[in-house]
Amino acid sequence: MAVLRLKFTKGQRDKLAQMLWLLNWVSVMTGIILFSLGLFVKVEFSKKEELMADRDFQRVLNLLIAVGLIACIINLLGGKICYDCVDTNKFLRWKLLILPYIICSFFFTGCMLVGALMCYSMQEELQESLAEGLRNVMRYYKDTDSPGRCFLKHTMDLLQIQFQCCGNRDHRDWFHIQWISNRYLDMSKWEVVGRLHSNVEGKYLLDSVPFSCCNTNSPRPCIQYQITNNSAHFNYDYLTEDLNLWKRGCHQALVEYYTKLMHSTGSTGLLIWLFELSILTGVRYLQTAMENVLRQGDPESESDGWLLENSLVETARNNFNILKNLGKINQIDTATNGDPNIDKPSTALYGLDNSGSVHP
Amino acid sequence: MAILKVTFTKTKRNILAQALWVLNWVSVITGLTLFSLGLFLKVEIQKRQEVMTNEIHMVPNMLIGVGLATCSINFLGGKICYDCMDTTAFLHWKLLMLPYIICTFFFTLYILVGALMCHAMRSDLEESLLLGLWDAMCYYKDTDIPGCCYIKHSIDLLQMQFQCCGNGGFRDWFHIQWVSHCYLDMSISNVVDQLQSNVEGKYLTDAVPFTCCNVHFPRPCIQHQITNSSAHYNYNYHGAELNLNQKGCRQALLQYYTQIMQFVGLIVLIIWLFELSVLTCMHFLQTSIENVLRLGDSESESDGWLLKNSISETVQHNFNIIKNLGKCYQVDDDPNIDVSSTSRQTQEACTLAKS
Repeated sequence: MAVLRLKFTKGQRDKLAQMLWLLNWVSVMTGIILFSLGLFVKVEFSKKEELMADRDFQRVLNLLIAVGLIACIINLLGGKICYDCVDTNKFLRWKLLILPYIICSFFFTGCMLVGALMCYSMQEELQESLAEGLRNVMRYYKDTDSPGRCFLKHTMDLLQIQFQCCGNRDHRDWFHIQWISNRYLDMSKWEVVGRLHSNVEGKYLLDSVPFSCCNTNSPRPCIQYQITNNSAHFNYDYLTEDLNLWKRGCHQALVEYYTKLMHSTGSTGLLIWLFELSILTGVRYLQTAMENVLRQGDPESESDGWLLENSLVETARNNFNILKNLGKINQIDTATNGDPNIDKPSTALYGLDNSGSVHP
Repeated sequence: MAILKVTFTKTKRNILAQALWVLNWVSVITGLTLFSLGLFLKVEIQKRQEVMTNEIHMVPNMLIGVGLATCSINFLGGKICYDCMDTTAFLHWKLLMLPYIICTFFFTLYILVGALMCHAMRSDLEESLLLGLWDAMCYYKDTDIPGCCYIKHSIDLLQMQFQCCGNGGFRDWFHIQWVSHCYLDMSISNVVDQLQSNVEGKYLTDAVPFTCCNVHFPRPCIQHQITNSSAHYNYNYHGAELNLNQKGCRQALLQYYTQIMQFVGLIVLIIWLFELSVLTCMHFLQTSIENVLRLGDSESESDGWLLKNSISETVQHNFNIIKNLGKCYQVDDDPNIDVSSTSRQTQEACTLAKS
């Protein structure tokens, strides 16, 4: 009792083969798309690698890139096979290879599905990584004279300008960090010294933020120093003034950006997976239809195509038995009945005797 | 003595016609390219309209018009070349083909003019930017006046994106009041003094907007009291040049637009050369097919050329045609006056011949 049996005439088989050839070429394109998407996301991650603490996001991306490349190769082969299926003689070349090809492709599409689903699972890891990374970068913001950290100020400023964000959670994070280097602090002024001494860790903390936190949409020139001090500025109320600085934290901005990127990559991967699966189903139908035609002997006749020859349970049992017997080949049976070559005279002699007695 | 005479066999003529058909379609695509380049340029100029006085629309509009015209001309040319493969179909186009080639030749000159104008646009642009940026900077503070409220935002984005400051340099901001009166505390004596000491009552300081700050500078940005070295610790106004963006926005924008124009101009020049070569081949095809028709045998070889006679003879010939066109309306040479109808004479000749 075959699973999803369909009848195919010669014309229908040919059309199916041609359509599958075309679809395999479209699949090569989608493989290239997946490959380039993986590459693009990899580049986007590496651009901001200073802002991410050591986490391995490269696994998922490398998987997607590899899957994209392999999809191209598999579908190129699939296209060649389908092209040859139109002619029954050419099909004979591929007859032994086509079932292993279908099985391998099926497991490969499984990998594609895993890759696509992994894109959705990265959120928490991303959030932790960005929180830690941003904290570190902000801490080293002032260290523009330390080798290895001199570009972190530039990175943070560009990030805040580009993503329109300020600080880690919000602009108040800058109040807890010394972002002005001691090189630019006038130690002869008593207010500076007083501020340094009043802090437990000897840090110079202010209610000020870097210029890159300034909001370009503000109708007023930016207030970046003495932000919480209403009397320091004319016609200014810290609690109601919300256009002066960027409201969003850079953590939230980056998480949103990368989540969107990964989700779109995941969705594209899923769509491509569905497409690949449907092509594979079509190839399976074509393969079974062509094999049945060969079994019947007449290439012009109708033939049946199916997904599985027997029901799912029977097929599973058959395959399990095959695997069990594969294991038994190497066992030497102690009973003489097991090994057919022990103690049995050759059947060839019988044949000769018979033929000898028939002909006078 | 024909110029560049080439002999064409029947097969060569067909191959030439087919090749020209394909090239004409490629030309339609180059026409679309011209059109999109013109559109792109128009959009780029429109984006920065607030910092330009008079809008420079001539070059982009010309490119758009030329692009569309190129598409239609080459579409027609493709149809003509397709019909040239069949001598009977060619007869449809016989009278039209030479005027088509002449018109297209003058049109390609128009394309060349377009390419050259791309390079000449620079001085117009510079003047427009100079005045436009000054005006925009003067309205920087007017965020509460309808019609001007977005200028602050535009200039801030411009200075951040192009990493520039002011018109010619950051000192331009010292001559403009960019802090609105809404945010000036008139109760502070400093502020009142500053306003009164200025002839026009403007509040001028040696400060710049935050968007002038250079992201590459290792020190937190100094944007107020810039010229006062003693106002900031370990700071020397003459040494800390990189604190702010050094480039003026006029120069930055000019560089940006010049690069775009050079790129567009180069592409238009290449398209012009391509069009000219397609046109030359079409003229060869036209002359060879006309000669085939003259010979009568559509399978035979024929000659194709650029000009039938030498350049000076052709010029003289065309000049005479134009002179005679002028003479059509002069009464003296009207051949219809005082000459009996030739048709009656031929009728009489016919009846005589019949009998």
